[in-house]
Amino acid sequence: MTATTTRERLGALASTPLVWGLVAIVVLLAINSLRDPGYLGVELAESGRLTGNPIDILRTAAPLLMIALGMTLVVATGGIDLSVGSAMVIGGAVSMEMLQAGDGSVGSAMAALGMALLITAVLGAINGLLVAFVGLQPFITTLVTMLAGRGLAKVITEGQNTSASNEAFRWIANGTVLGAPVVFLIALAILVIVVVLVRTTALGMLIESIGIDPKASRMAGIDRRSLLVAVYVISGVLGGVAGVFATGSVMTVDVSNTGLLLELDAILAVVVGGTALTGGRFSLAGAAIGALLIATLDKTVVFLGVSSAATPAFKAVVIVALCLLQSATIRERLSRVRLRAPRREVTA
Amino acid sequence: MTTTIEHAQAAPTPPWHRRAIERARRRGIDVRTLPTGAAGIILAVMLVYGEIAYGQVLQASTLSNLLINNAHFVILAVGLSFVILAGGIDLSVGAVIAVSSVAGVMLVGAGWPTPLAIAAMIGIGTAFGTASGVLVQHFGVQPFIATLAMMFLARGLASMLSTTPQRLPDDSSFRLLGEPWKLIDGPRVNDLMASAGLVVAVVVVVVAAIVLQRTRFGRTVYAIGGSESSAALMGLRVPRTKLAIYVISGTLAGVAAVVYTARLGTAQNITGMGWELTAIAAVVIGGTLLTGGYGYVVGSVIGALVLGLMTVLITRDGGVPPEMTTIITGGILFVFVMLQRAVVRRRR
Repeated sequence: MTATTTRERLGALASTPLVWGLVAIVVLLAINSLRDPGYLGVELAESGRLTGNPIDILRTAAPLLMIALGMTLVVATGGIDLSVGSAMVIGGAVSMEMLQAGDGSVGSAMAALGMALLITAVLGAINGLLVAFVGLQPFITTLVTMLAGRGLAKVITEGQNTSASNEAFRWIANGTVLGAPVVFLIALAILVIVVVLVRTTALGMLIESIGIDPKASRMAGIDRRSLLVAVYVISGVLGGVAGVFATGSVMTVDVSNTGLLLELDAILAVVVGGTALTGGRFSLAGAAIGALLIATLDKTVVFLGVSSAATPAFKAVVIVALCLLQSATIRERLSRVRLRAPRREVTA
Repeated sequence: MTTTIEHAQAAPTPPWHRRAIERARRRGIDVRTLPTGAAGIILAVMLVYGEIAYGQVLQASTLSNLLINNAHFVILAVGLSFVILAGGIDLSVGAVIAVSSVAGVMLVGAGWPTPLAIAAMIGIGTAFGTASGVLVQHFGVQPFIATLAMMFLARGLASMLSTTPQRLPDDSSFRLLGEPWKLIDGPRVNDLMASAGLVVAVVVVVVAAIVLQRTRFGRTVYAIGGSESSAALMGLRVPRTKLAIYVISGTLAGVAAVVYTARLGTAQNITGMGWELTAIAAVVIGGTLLTGGYGYVVGSVIGALVLGLMTVLITRDGGVPPEMTTIITGGILFVFVMLQRAVVRRRR
């Protein structure tokens, strides 16, 4: 009796995509630890900051975590946001231009941050309005803003890779609080805020209902259009935050490369986390795990001495493995093996 | 409510505004050709505008260069049309071009005869297409994710092969494929030209158009795009066709790689970055619905030429800063989508 329930519980666990994401992270960390037993070590440096590979992973995961959160909400409504990478580069470009013109004070850092978030919110609002009120397909709409957005970032910096110096702004990406990287703490805080906002209120359910059946949700009296606009604005703003994270660490915006193709990583994180691209049920925790997995993978490939240009190939392997594990065909075969397993124990 | 009834009636015609459909019927126009027709008109307008504003556009040399330089892109867009018409998507084509052309040039460099190298390049495309198709059809992976995985895999493999530009040997017979032929020796440099690549593109377009309009396979592609479950209930060969469209798209990406490499003479691992999105834009500009079921191969050709012509006009203008190009691409895509909606207003 207990044996069956444990097995059932294991089976239920195995069917949650989130668990496979965690397993993949553990496997990657184990591979790294095999190569260097001290890989997982975290030390408190003399400067009072924690150092070590796990801290590095958390730090690199922060921007991706931000855009994956926004992407999850958009995907849950049955949409997609290809423009988050461009939101990143716009956020970076705006803040670097503002900081370069500013006086290096905390005030100018706040102004730059505010302006970056405002502009990316506008970008998100454009997406939202086109999707909700004009009725364009999300894929096309955000493809347009993706193309135009990167161009806009180049216009903002006049094609230059603007750099600036501002200690307060740099602290966001490079600073530490009690040894922990600020950038990850902020990302974590935003994750918690979004989860609380979406899960303790009816908001999450309303978003899901749009993704499951737009017509039914409209007939149930849900303000679909406002919700859609809100979701795209959130995605845009989180893209801006990610852009601030990504450019703040080097205090330079690379207009042709910042956030390039990162929308695909974000979509990947969302899917790894168990949110279907068809909309409906979504998992914010899953997206966070997905973002951590991709960051771990990036670090692992570099650590194993493979050219970073080849990283995509390893990503492909992970995606295919996770997709196959989640696919019905494979799971059916696995469950047949699992059913046979106890019999083998008896004969042995 | 009347919505369901309207749905049933609208089934054989596109989901556009009924009044627009009636108006078109009264004039004896097949309503399904309207978006593609609009794209054709806009291409003509662009050509005339270019001639008036900059001159020397409507002449043999400019037009034949436009066709020769975009031959690979036309082939790519035709391949994508199959996938999109069936309601799928293929994000891997740009990366497949990269891995196929890098591998091809390296094979020629290693002394392989040209025909064998070309066969290998096309074979690489077919292999990636087949992998996507198997993931989508047999393992139930969403097309977006399956082809995203193949995109990462192809890009990563291309980077593993080489991260530096690879050059075809100057005396290689491979280059002959890209060599322009003078058909009519016009006054000064105003010659009517063609190239083997262009001939390949024309053959691909003609064959694809015939296959989609005149064969059982083509009708099945449209039927799947309209409604996969209805197509299956009608007894159409849905699984086989769904696999085949990805094989076609991958194979044509391989063919596009051959044409592109022959013209350029070099290949690099970063070739084709973002081409999948530009090709999707071309297909959409040509009037194909991203949800599948409606559209024509000819439209995709027009879409590819519109984007190619845009680059030519921007270069001719000279006053447009390079950072504006992506904004203009995005803008054109937006204008097209909006125009199509104005011509045939979709019913909400």
